[in-house]
Amino acid sequence: MADSNEPIVRFINVQKSYDGEILVVKNLNLDIARGEFLTMLGPSGSGKTTCLMMLAGFEPATNGDITLNGKPINNVPPHKRGIGMVFQNYALFPHMTVAENLSFPLEVRRMGKDEIESRVTRALEMVRLPEMAGRRPGQLSGGQQQRVAVARALVFDPDLVLMDEPLGALDKNPREEMQYEIKHIHESLGVSVVYVTHDQSEALTMSNRIAVFNDGIVQQLSTPDALYERPENAFVAQFIGENNRLMGTVKEVNGESCTIEVDGGGAVIALAVNIAGKGERTTLSLRPERVTINPPEGSVPNVFEGTVEELIYLGDHIRARVNVCGHDDFIVKVPNASGHAALKEKTKVKVGWEFEDCRALDA
Amino acid sequence: MADIPANQATLTTADGVPLKTKLRQTQRRMKMRALGLVLPLLAFIAVTFIWPIGLMVYRGVDNPVFSEVMPNTNAALARWDTQADEIPPEDIVAIVARDLAQARRDKTMGRVATRMNYDLPGSRSLITSSARKLAKIEGDVVWTEEMVKIDKRWGERKTWMAMRLASERYTMAFYMAALDRTFDEDGNITMQPEERQIYVTLFLRTVWVSLLITVLCILLAYPISYLMATLPLRTSNLLMVMVLLPFWTSLLVRTTSWIVLLQKQGVLNDILVFIGVFSDEGRIRMIYNMTGTVIAMTHILLPFMVLPLYSVMKTISPSYVRAARSLGATPARAFWKIYFPQSVPGIGAGSILVFILAVGYYITPALVGGESGQLISNFIAFHMQKSLNWSLAAALGGILLGGVLALYWIYNKLVGIDNMKMG
Repeated sequence: MADSNEPIVRFINVQKSYDGEILVVKNLNLDIARGEFLTMLGPSGSGKTTCLMMLAGFEPATNGDITLNGKPINNVPPHKRGIGMVFQNYALFPHMTVAENLSFPLEVRRMGKDEIESRVTRALEMVRLPEMAGRRPGQLSGGQQQRVAVARALVFDPDLVLMDEPLGALDKNPREEMQYEIKHIHESLGVSVVYVTHDQSEALTMSNRIAVFNDGIVQQLSTPDALYERPENAFVAQFIGENNRLMGTVKEVNGESCTIEVDGGGAVIALAVNIAGKGERTTLSLRPERVTINPPEGSVPNVFEGTVEELIYLGDHIRARVNVCGHDDFIVKVPNASGHAALKEKTKVKVGWEFEDCRALDA
Repeated sequence: MADIPANQATLTTADGVPLKTKLRQTQRRMKMRALGLVLPLLAFIAVTFIWPIGLMVYRGVDNPVFSEVMPNTNAALARWDTQADEIPPEDIVAIVARDLAQARRDKTMGRVATRMNYDLPGSRSLITSSARKLAKIEGDVVWTEEMVKIDKRWGERKTWMAMRLASERYTMAFYMAALDRTFDEDGNITMQPEERQIYVTLFLRTVWVSLLITVLCILLAYPISYLMATLPLRTSNLLMVMVLLPFWTSLLVRTTSWIVLLQKQGVLNDILVFIGVFSDEGRIRMIYNMTGTVIAMTHILLPFMVLPLYSVMKTISPSYVRAARSLGATPARAFWKIYFPQSVPGIGAGSILVFILAVGYYITPALVGGESGQLISNFIAFHMQKSLNWSLAAALGGILLGGVLALYWIYNKLVGIDNMKMG
């Protein structure tokens, strides 16, 4: 076993093209720490699944190296990589029972009969399906099939498990249940997991770190909270969580803060995160829950007057669509707490926010 | 919820009709509508398929000639105690002789002669000439003596035994003949003389050749179907066209083009001589024998294997093999343990199609089979068109049908017909 401080997987300058014209993955450099739960998150076509397939060995990298436990694996066939994998459609072998599915990787490794039996039993107990050993995959529900698939990917004790949108086909309730279950299995076994999804809430729930993919590039690699609270560019801000976008031009840079002339009129003081410089275009990103309705005078630097266009009652909060600074898609989340602001449609209202909550990003 | 009755058996609808009755009424209406939709097809199948097949099987045992032409003979010969008397007693012979004479006068003698000739080869002239002479005899005579005088074969037990069997209203003789069996002088079932035993060998040959063709089709169709199911759409469409193009070409054209390719002075022999595999004198015979039949039929039946295999393979997700590989299986093991078992339903469907078509195939063996490449259907056709022994043709066909059904039954027991998928 390699040194435990060394990353289990390294992508070094990895590029991938299918047709020789378009790069699906553009120069990927990514280290995955031992025991980490890393999620590759991105819209479809962003290159995340391709990265997973290269790691699993089903797609060759066009350029660059991938190492596993410090050894390059570009020329190692998939069955010699010893990586567990969970597929989107479960890929349980339909002509075998659950127990046979689980013993398949063990038989391939020529384990003894007793060893196989005890491992299969243990794996089924881990996913809480011990009584399903004799069933066929077709007789199980989607959630149960998914648990068997997870058990099968773990039964031969791999260091690394890849999961390719494993919960995509499940309904909301079993999906959330499985999210916690996979998270707990990861925590208890200490196995490294690379997880691919396009569902941001899934990524936020489960991961230690998230790599946001777009257009073949990792846009940001950070912990879930950093990703949500401190997005580094407009794509991440837009892709993770709900986001108000205000387009504008940089008027003045003043240390970590800057003043932005918003297109619809009005100057906003914002946190300078990722701006090109004075006179350049920028996108302001502001979370709807960080906006205050009718803030006390002088409490926040940014206060604007707008018109309430629409109110949507959602129980725990109320979504207000407000026309501010010429942007009529400005969303404010008003918590349904005692004494919350009573809003009416088509009335004037004041909205305000702190300058740290408003991040000036790339255009 | 509160007004659900405690006893489930007495559930009624809102207007008081028992729920089960109401359900049955609703379902009956739907069933009638469904029946109405399939009725035209059902009628069509009954008239063009079930009825003719039933008629054919019936013709294999039907034996109307004697009862129509010589109505008294059968009953008379049935009274003959074959254990006690070597040939029938005078009173029975008299009835037969009068029937023969009457048939001569009615000019229906030919049918009896033909019928007798099936069971007793060479007896056609015996019947016709005897009948002609018997018709001239008038007054009371000892018929046995007269008949033996006309032809001494009337004194032989074999002749009378054959007539007794031939005169039965329903007979197993044709089915017996189709299995190379016949009745001996004492009415027991025995094998035909060696030189007339052809059908059992033919049946076995037909089954064997069909199995061979099925196996060859599996071997040839599996890789191409696999490619078609896994390659990108454009390439697989091209392959599909290449499979279907011969399928759309006339059967006759395809068969005759094999003659062009395989004959002694044909393309394949020319090439083999040219590249020096054998000399000009050593040209091999690949057509007008069993080789020709097998090659041409394999080619013609190949699409029937490719199409079901392809449609089954199309449904096997590539992630199964990927999963197996990620779990540590070598490519060969992943294929054999994971992919192949899932493609078996396609093999089953294709095999049944190819085998059943091959067992009954007629035109290709007839054109390229020569003498040794003939199959049972060629003999059925022979009896339908040349020898005009329709009853034997029906019996051969009946046995073929029974054999196919038996094989289907065995297949169902071994593999399970539910395991068959057309796609």
